[in-house]
Amino acid sequence: MLDLINVSYDTQIPNNVGLSSDKKVLKALERWHPGYINWWNDLIPQNFQESMVYLRTAVSVDPKGWAKFDYVKMPEYRWGVLLAPQVEDRRIPCGEHAGELAWQEVPGEYRNLMKRLIVIQGDTEPGSVEQQRYLGLTAPSLYDMRNLFQVNVEEGRHLWAMVYLLFKYFGKDGREEADDLLRRSSGSEEAPRMLGAFNEETPDWLSFFMFTYFTDRDGKMQLESLAQSGFDPLSRTCRFMLTEEAHHMFVGETGVGRTIQATCEAMVKAGISDPYDTDKVRSLGVIDLPTIQKKLNLHYTLSLDLFGQEVSTNAANAFNAGIKGRYMETRIQDDHRLTGDTYKVLDIVDGVLVERDVPALTAINMRLRDDYIRDASGGVGRWNKIIEKAGIEFELKLPHQAFNRKIGVFAGKDFDPEGNLVTGDEYDRGLPHWLPTHGDGDFIQSLMKPCYEPGKYASWIAPPKVGIDNKPGDFEYVKLHMA
Amino acid sequence: MTAPVKQHLIDPEICIRCYTCEMTCPIGAIQHDDTNVVVDPETCNSCMDCIPVCPTGSIDEWRVVTTPYSLDEQYGWDELPPQEDLGEASAGGIEALDEAMAALLAEAHAGAGGKSRAPASAAKPSVNLYTLGKPATAKVQGNYRLTDDPEHDVRHIILDFGALPMPVLEGQSIGIIPPGEDAEGNPHLPRLYSVSSPRDGERPGYNNVSLTVKREGGGLCSNFVCDLKPGDTVQVTGPFGATFLLPDDAQARLLMICTGTGSAPMRAFTMRRNRTVGGRSGGMVMFFGARTPESLPYFGPLKKVPSDLLEKHLVYSRVGEAKEYVQDRMMAEEERVAELLSDPRTHVYVCGLRGMEDGVERAFTSVAESMGQSWVALRDVMRDEGRYHVETY
Repeated sequence: MLDLINVSYDTQIPNNVGLSSDKKVLKALERWHPGYINWWNDLIPQNFQESMVYLRTAVSVDPKGWAKFDYVKMPEYRWGVLLAPQVEDRRIPCGEHAGELAWQEVPGEYRNLMKRLIVIQGDTEPGSVEQQRYLGLTAPSLYDMRNLFQVNVEEGRHLWAMVYLLFKYFGKDGREEADDLLRRSSGSEEAPRMLGAFNEETPDWLSFFMFTYFTDRDGKMQLESLAQSGFDPLSRTCRFMLTEEAHHMFVGETGVGRTIQATCEAMVKAGISDPYDTDKVRSLGVIDLPTIQKKLNLHYTLSLDLFGQEVSTNAANAFNAGIKGRYMETRIQDDHRLTGDTYKVLDIVDGVLVERDVPALTAINMRLRDDYIRDASGGVGRWNKIIEKAGIEFELKLPHQAFNRKIGVFAGKDFDPEGNLVTGDEYDRGLPHWLPTHGDGDFIQSLMKPCYEPGKYASWIAPPKVGIDNKPGDFEYVKLHMA
Repeated sequence: MTAPVKQHLIDPEICIRCYTCEMTCPIGAIQHDDTNVVVDPETCNSCMDCIPVCPTGSIDEWRVVTTPYSLDEQYGWDELPPQEDLGEASAGGIEALDEAMAALLAEAHAGAGGKSRAPASAAKPSVNLYTLGKPATAKVQGNYRLTDDPEHDVRHIILDFGALPMPVLEGQSIGIIPPGEDAEGNPHLPRLYSVSSPRDGERPGYNNVSLTVKREGGGLCSNFVCDLKPGDTVQVTGPFGATFLLPDDAQARLLMICTGTGSAPMRAFTMRRNRTVGGRSGGMVMFFGARTPESLPYFGPLKKVPSDLLEKHLVYSRVGEAKEYVQDRMMAEEERVAELLSDPRTHVYVCGLRGMEDGVERAFTSVAESMGQSWVALRDVMRDEGRYHVETY
């Protein structure tokens, strides 16, 4: 009998989709596998490939078995194809097919739309690993290094998940798309990654934490809406990916939080109460709070751009077709078709910000972005609690969504972080206070010195409150290979 | 006063509000508002499904309370309240929440010479999920005779819990309620049996548990259990025990001393190690005493356990000229035992009939003397560090 919970290791590729009896797809995946391994091996510096990393691997997709911790060399990590268990009698949750049985095959009329969504999602996964490839060299602790590598191998697995769907359901062009996912490369001139945010380098660890907090959260929201898909294999794939994505959210939120913690502790210890006394704060070997705010502004606004145009017929089509739902679609109390409904979106009329009602169907992106903003603001509140507890007067804020945008109605407009339209001159003068400058980047870079001793942390970041898998403080999360 | 209960809580300072636990909970016991994620004490049945999926570790928080914290109280928290002082009940590992079971375990652990503590790295155990008033029903999957000695009928019993959560760790016990009533017309109290299977089941991924039970002449429960047939059902309480546990540390070294059915937890430890770290662990050394090979439970399977995982000293008191007991072999292997005792990574486990305690204490005293140390002092340090465990009956 096909065991759909426990992971089968009878093929080269761990899976719970019965690959051993699906020869065609298995063969396609096995042909793709060496290219993937080459991609991985060329990417991460060699001594990390040889190191033993304390990683979690899924041995089954039920709660008891999907987080199994052990030391493993990254190239030997068991990347596999894992789908959440099939829900019996699952129905399409939204759009014109709402209430019909979920599709187990791709409906012909939606083939291209669906493929495009899967390719875009798939393209971000290896893209982020490429952006983060050198961070291990400046890891502030073995704990953080382990978390980075966990994020990396799981992004790699998410690529596998998307490639499986392409092979299984999209025939020849699916195979070509899968090859292209390995051909494109972050920041490349000839073949860049598809979305802009995935072509920027991740130059330092604070950027990495901000990226996992803000940009991976966009990924989470996209996965959430794809988990609502009427195409059941996509929904099941994304549901399982979400359990892993939670770890990435964790790395981001606690990474930024621990950075703030170290700054506050150092300020209190040195008796500095003015957070804007940046030179003095920086001389303590920690990152000043205004710079952290600037990094936040940058990564948050870059991530808002990933939601696309506020008003979009593509998004309306995907929703109406039942391919992509809203965040927590099944918990929303409405007719799930939105044919007569409206939704409020921000717009600029005569230089003034106004809210206007548009057909809810075309505002699907906007709605997801609003859900994202709500989700993202929670962690900012918890960061502020750390500052407050230390007795320092400073509050981190999400900037206004009109600030620093490249996509949508606010693109290229000179809004300040409060959401005021300012003159070009005011904008130029404000910018060094709103977004990180080269000088800020150089300072952060100067702190990026590796700290590889078990239980020790770089000056600019506090130790975590709880170890991974409940391990003690001095646990050796990575046994570094010494060449 | 109402009996204390163990309440499952989430640490709001560490939780990142990803709601993975909420989506995982099979019975909808977890919910959230704009501030916190909380656990409904009325609904949560401690099935532990939410524990591994949490990326932060904030989910693995427990408080012993007389009145559970309400949802409103939990929603209002910025941080977790400290454990209230409920006297003895809250002082470290709570072995059982009902007095009868707690008393039985206290007696079984008395041989350690003071208050037992769990190894620092041990997984957090669930206790008292099922009680005399609300037992679990398990189905017998198998009943196998382990010995070939008419006077020693020891059985390997496999119980299947089906869909009921039974998160039992190696070293913990479960209670079996013998059918019928006592002279006063009350149901019989459960009898405790240490499980002999590891936490992921006798068969990995199956929700089954094995026991090692010896038939006692006139024993009410042991005869009931030893006579069970596949398909029969039994009423089960537990799990119980929160100190006689395996360190979750592959480099910890285990020194295991047992006789007869005292081998049950040692089998569970060995299987856990075998399934997780195998021969790459810090190693396990076992002194196992029986009258003859025929009366030694698991004699056959034990022979097959590789020696890099488990170093075996099987000791027989009725074979050949000289009677040899575990304490005799321990003293014969004085250097080996001394080397283990001097390593701060070593954890000692003693399990079997109460009669073995004296001999084992004598052996340890002698080994400690050879190291120039006082056994009682060494033992107390090890016990306080969660590294010395005794369970005898």
